[in-house]
Amino acid sequence: MSATLSTPVPPPDVAGEPLELRRDKGTPRFGVGRTLRYAALIFGIVIVLIPVYVLLVTSFKGPGDASPVRAWNLPQIWTLENWKEAWTALSPSLWRTFQMVIPASIIAAFLGSMNGFVLSRWSFRGANTVFALILFGMFIPYQAVMIPLLQIFLDAGIPSGVPSLILLHVIYGIPITTLIFRNYYQTIPHELVEAGRVDGAGMLRTYWSIILPISIPSFVVVLIWQFTNAWNDFLFAVFFSNNQNGPVTLALNNLANGALLQDYGVSMAGALLASLPTLIVYIILGKYFVGGLMSGSVKG
Amino acid sequence: MNHRFRRYGPPILLLAPSLILMAVFVYGLIGANFSTSITDNHSAATATGVEPTSTVWFENYTRLLGSEDFQHSLINLFLYTVVFLLGTLAIGFVWAWLLDKPIKGEGFFRSIYLFPMAVSFIASGVVWRWLLNSNQGENASGLNRLFQMIGLDFLQNNWWNNVTFGILAITIPAIWQLSGYVMALFLAGFRGIPDELREAGRMDGASEWQVYRHVLFPQLTPIMLSALIIIGHMSLKSFDLIMSISKPANYQTKVPAVDMYLAKASFDYADAAAIGTILLVLVAIVVVPYLIKTNRQEK
Repeated sequence: MSATLSTPVPPPDVAGEPLELRRDKGTPRFGVGRTLRYAALIFGIVIVLIPVYVLLVTSFKGPGDASPVRAWNLPQIWTLENWKEAWTALSPSLWRTFQMVIPASIIAAFLGSMNGFVLSRWSFRGANTVFALILFGMFIPYQAVMIPLLQIFLDAGIPSGVPSLILLHVIYGIPITTLIFRNYYQTIPHELVEAGRVDGAGMLRTYWSIILPISIPSFVVVLIWQFTNAWNDFLFAVFFSNNQNGPVTLALNNLANGALLQDYGVSMAGALLASLPTLIVYIILGKYFVGGLMSGSVKG
Repeated sequence: MNHRFRRYGPPILLLAPSLILMAVFVYGLIGANFSTSITDNHSAATATGVEPTSTVWFENYTRLLGSEDFQHSLINLFLYTVVFLLGTLAIGFVWAWLLDKPIKGEGFFRSIYLFPMAVSFIASGVVWRWLLNSNQGENASGLNRLFQMIGLDFLQNNWWNNVTFGILAITIPAIWQLSGYVMALFLAGFRGIPDELREAGRMDGASEWQVYRHVLFPQLTPIMLSALIIIGHMSLKSFDLIMSISKPANYQTKVPAVDMYLAKASFDYADAAAIGTILLVLVAIVVVPYLIKTNRQEK
């Protein structure tokens, strides 16, 4: 899941706001049209949830239930064996993923906030070009830098696994975090910053004492975005870590693809386990998650 | 001097770390990658520096682009991108349109449609590999079994095991995962259109359809463009989902990103780098005009 940009959406001073705006002026419609709409929407829900049903059901099935004939049925006997096995296989990598994702998100968020502040407040010749050049970094296929990147990390002696991945997610997270913060800071009234300047606060002071405290909503958006992206990353994981020191996506892929005999039950319990942290974030902070999706407007 | 520093010092200080990182790790490495791609660094010996490499200029590119194997990857990527784009845009638009007018439970529908975005391609690949299982008849599981159960046997097929169109099976999970995102974009677009515009249309006696056709759709063009760029560039970089659903060496579902992985795994750094550059060019063709356009609009 990668970068976002754009949309002429009002910037997210309250994240997710655009979607919350209700328009209740039109007379509510009843009858056939409404029923059809509901039918279509519910059909959509069913399609979207089919994989979830399969994941859940299969993860509680014992080995006996695995026969293709019973593929879509509920488990005959509900068992937690798959979950236990998946936990044993994945828990070390889950822990490593947390160790990687948390610092990677926080550092990238701070860098993005600094850049966003400067680029939104300080106009110099070529400021827009600098911004576009930073932004291009979020679109590049990382395959186009991977070979020299591997070489540099090897030469610099950066250990593979968590340290490498933190560094990578910070570096390549800069464009998106800069974008989100810049768009946010552009919505802050000039007077606020000017007031600080009159009081004799320099740019650094202004940033530290005026801008940072009001940036919390954006920080939440950016942290969630970075957290989800880094958590779900597989490309860097596959090139910069291995099964012993890598994140959970790598471990899950090995669990699901490695075994000679496919054990779908364990794989699916593992897939759920590996998705739980991001799903919990989505459920609790869904509004901000959507805010992250929306706010990446290239347009200010 | 002191004045100058006071003016330019702090902003440069704040920007410097990121600018240096971007200069080195984006632009510097793109250059370094290109210079590897024009060498004959094709083996473990040359990759580790035991044997020297020499410059062969565009030989790797012409060989790759001329090989049937790599052409197959490019065709796959093209098919995949077209269907992925059409699928997400169509479904995302319809969902947004259905949710545009006030409806009970809107938040619920939105949340469900969007949730697959929070899940990794690797995790969703686990279940989709099972759903897209190619067994049919007696041994059918996954979607083929479901088709049997609901009397749609004729829909059974071997999914991604088809040589020509197998790649399209992979678009199903991709569309599943990102339609909600496109929906969110379109929905924000719908909501961003001032009510007055619609009202004005209705006042002029336009039918509901005409209001959509002449008032709303034109307003949604920028959103459509954004969605195209976002999904398009994601599609060109597709890797995770294919790795997780089919085996990497699987000919049917090969795309350039997978070729790059395989080349690197066999220490063919020159080819890996060349494929990386080819992907970069493809993405740049899509993204650069867009960045230039938005950059201009801002001025």
